[in-house]
Amino acid sequence: MSATKIRTLEDVKVGDQLPELPYDVTATTVAFGAIATRDIRPMHHDKDFAQKRNGLKDIFLNTPNLAHWFERYITDWTGPKGRPGRMKFRMKGSVFVGDRMVFRGTVKDVSTDDKGCGWITADVNVDVDDATMTSCEARFALPTSADDNPWARKGDDWQP
Amino acid sequence: MSDLPEIVRGWIGQKRHEEIGEFDVERGFVLTGCSSVENGNPIYWDEEAAREITGGWIAPPTMISVWCRPHFWSPYRDEEGLALRTHFDLKEQLDCPEAIMSADELVFYEPVRMGERVKQYQVLRSVTGPKTTKLGTGRFWNIEVVYENMKGDLLVREEIAGFGYKKEGQ
Repeated sequence: MSATKIRTLEDVKVGDQLPELPYDVTATTVAFGAIATRDIRPMHHDKDFAQKRNGLKDIFLNTPNLAHWFERYITDWTGPKGRPGRMKFRMKGSVFVGDRMVFRGTVKDVSTDDKGCGWITADVNVDVDDATMTSCEARFALPTSADDNPWARKGDDWQP
Repeated sequence: MSDLPEIVRGWIGQKRHEEIGEFDVERGFVLTGCSSVENGNPIYWDEEAAREITGGWIAPPTMISVWCRPHFWSPYRDEEGLALRTHFDLKEQLDCPEAIMSADELVFYEPVRMGERVKQYQVLRSVTGPKTTKLGTGRFWNIEVVYENMKGDLLVREEIAGFGYKKEGQ
């Protein structure tokens, strides 16, 4: 399994880079991603529709599945105690069949809130040919020590 | 916003399309989602990890829309099931045959657990006046979607920015 290391807040500093994740996108990647998010709109599985109706070069990844790709990329790095708090996406272009998408991320803030919850904020992009297709500002909670667990937080103790 | 049709002006700030998901959150579909992005996080695959870290099986937070998206076909409807219906209402009312999503913000609260049913409602937050971009002429809009479980616990608050437009000559 890919997300087994548990990263704590003291392991992280501003400027840290997440390891790059390159991935070659196929028609299966796109269609499976659409099915897995129950998105049956034709531009995510029908190349003729994408080309003739949308004027695009091919079918492309849908937004909910791309969000899950970002979550997976970040939790591969944080480990399973990394808990998503907030993800803000800007869509600039689409990821098509045949593209090699590359996820890249940089930590821009490390903090602890007034409830003692540890947080990192990272800028994460998915790039194709060095152009950013979607950017994501991600705020994830990390344990502050080996025995801390952000997933145990509820109510006022969880301030995403 | 005075140039907006009255019906659209009336939607701003109002709760609309309150809907309950058509099936329970279930692990088979969670694993389908994880498989689609090769998400090997043990809280979704390893029962001991799930018990220790998340107090039992949960769904990946970014899968939230899955649990409220209507079935494509259902014996209880005559038309295709649509997610984010406010977006399609705006396309129709504002005569925008095309639309894209330009931004999306998700804020995660309580985890989504197996066996829960997720409900959602939508609130139209804003619509701009006509704008012309390289895609065509149309309007930007912001829609908030609030997801809760049946106990009323807040699960996710989402804000989606869309641009509905007509291509030149359309």
